[in-house]
Amino acid sequence: MIPINHFLVLSTILFSLGMYGVLARRSAVLIIMSIELMLQAVSINFIAFAVYLSPGEFRGLIFAIFVITIAAAEVGLALAIILRIFRNKATANVDEVDIMRW
Amino acid sequence: MTYEEFIFYIVAAVAVIGALGVVLARNVVHSALFLILALLAVAGVFILLSAEFLAIVQVLIYGGAVTILILFAMMLTRVRDMPQALDGPQRPFAALAAGAFLGVSILAVVATDWPGETEKITVIPFRELGEALFRTWAIPFEIASLVLLVALVGAIILARGEEGE
Repeated sequence: MIPINHFLVLSTILFSLGMYGVLARRSAVLIIMSIELMLQAVSINFIAFAVYLSPGEFRGLIFAIFVITIAAAEVGLALAIILRIFRNKATANVDEVDIMRW
Repeated sequence: MTYEEFIFYIVAAVAVIGALGVVLARNVVHSALFLILALLAVAGVFILLSAEFLAIVQVLIYGGAVTILILFAMMLTRVRDMPQALDGPQRPFAALAAGAFLGVSILAVVATDWPGETEKITVIPFRELGEALFRTWAIPFEIASLVLLVALVGAIILARGEEGE
């Protein structure tokens, strides 16, 4: 069988790549995609812990289902907001959306 | 190396290649296609973890709906016409932060002595998962559906805009 560490390291790599994407990209849509990657890493972690360490309770699986549900809601809302920003400012570049910067 | 480990390495390599493509591709549409690749590979990882239900949900929701939404948003915001929107001058700092996080986390994973069985998967049957979801977790489940409904209505109102615009 595969040791749990393999899954944890894979999820860490995916999370770091998503983190790099969030920090380096400037287009809001690309940032959303990187956030999706990070959420995937979180789901892998939850499921790995559920099936390896606490098989009797499987809370991790339930949590992964909720992560996917909330992520779907989040993507829908975030893309609506991005469309709105694009309509108002003609750009989806997060550096140019600085109305709330002090 | 067992055949399971072999399959795991292949699936993990595909997932990492997809993720690299998402954050490094110079063409945003390629980025989105790499995202589909990464998400499907993660569904494969879920199958290896014997969470078949989540793998199916993953393919349906992420592989289908979410990527289509993202492609539509790309089309409507014309990200393709703005190459300067790809990467900022903060790239080296981003790489540094992500690399530091990666190193610390991998060290933590390797150094931790996990309690319980770390070599064997306990398969959780569909039936028990469904019962837990609709009995023990019924209220959170209903709240999640409410959140989805509110997000849907909010997204429609936000994207439609005001009257007479």
